[in-house]
Amino acid sequence: MLDQVTFYFFATLALVSAVLVVTRRNVVHSAIFLITALLATAGIFLQLHAEFLFIVQVILYAGGIMVLFLFVLMLVNVDASMHRPQFNRQWGLGLLLALALGAELTLAIAAGRSGLPLGDPASAKMLEPSTQVVGKVLFGEYVVPFEMASILLLVAMIGAVVMAKKKV
Amino acid sequence: MIPTSHYLFLSLGMFTIGVIGVVTRRNVLLILMSIELMLNAVNINLVAFSRLAGSAEGHVFAIFIMADAAAEAAVGLGILIAFFRNRETLLGDEMDLLKW
Repeated sequence: MLDQVTFYFFATLALVSAVLVVTRRNVVHSAIFLITALLATAGIFLQLHAEFLFIVQVILYAGGIMVLFLFVLMLVNVDASMHRPQFNRQWGLGLLLALALGAELTLAIAAGRSGLPLGDPASAKMLEPSTQVVGKVLFGEYVVPFEMASILLLVAMIGAVVMAKKKV
Repeated sequence: MIPTSHYLFLSLGMFTIGVIGVVTRRNVLLILMSIELMLNAVNINLVAFSRLAGSAEGHVFAIFIMADAAAEAAVGLGILIAFFRNRETLLGDEMDLLKW
């Protein structure tokens, strides 16, 4: 019962925040609603008993990436773009295509969902001390992609510094 | 327990809203934010399936997606700032230097 209440609360919060992100005129409002959406996603992770991902989501996304977005919002002048039209010329066609994609995927999930096994709690228990299990798999089987991810982050840092310099 | 298809529908909803944001809005910052929405939708999907299968590989993939999203946001915003310094515009429609 508590399970369901938590899920529906966070799911509604995530979807409503997502809609508000893409429809606000003021970009700063969109950024704040994106923070809400990211925290709702973190709540979904917690409800799925993925505690490590929950805390990484809060620290990294809401505490890192969104702070980066807000800093950039402070550096660029958003006032000028707030009084211009917000939606581009092809918004009708784009909306139609996005809804077509959504309908197609809905049909796919609805058609296939009887084939999904109900999910026994035993398999969920295998993920139980979430951090330990994730750590074992991450540093066991996937240590090479882990090192490549750190190289990726190094390259991204160097790239961001180069982009921000006045004279390369 | 919540059926896995409920998580899939939530992920689908967020993903579609992200796609609408990318193809409809002019402001490039908003486009980048909608891309983050899409990546989060995929993460929810992965973690739901990981819980269904009892294997942590979905969690690990989600962590890699988060690291990648951070790198991509940093570089994308760097490019945006560099472009804004030169052209003073944030709207995708006006970034048409490569048009014929």
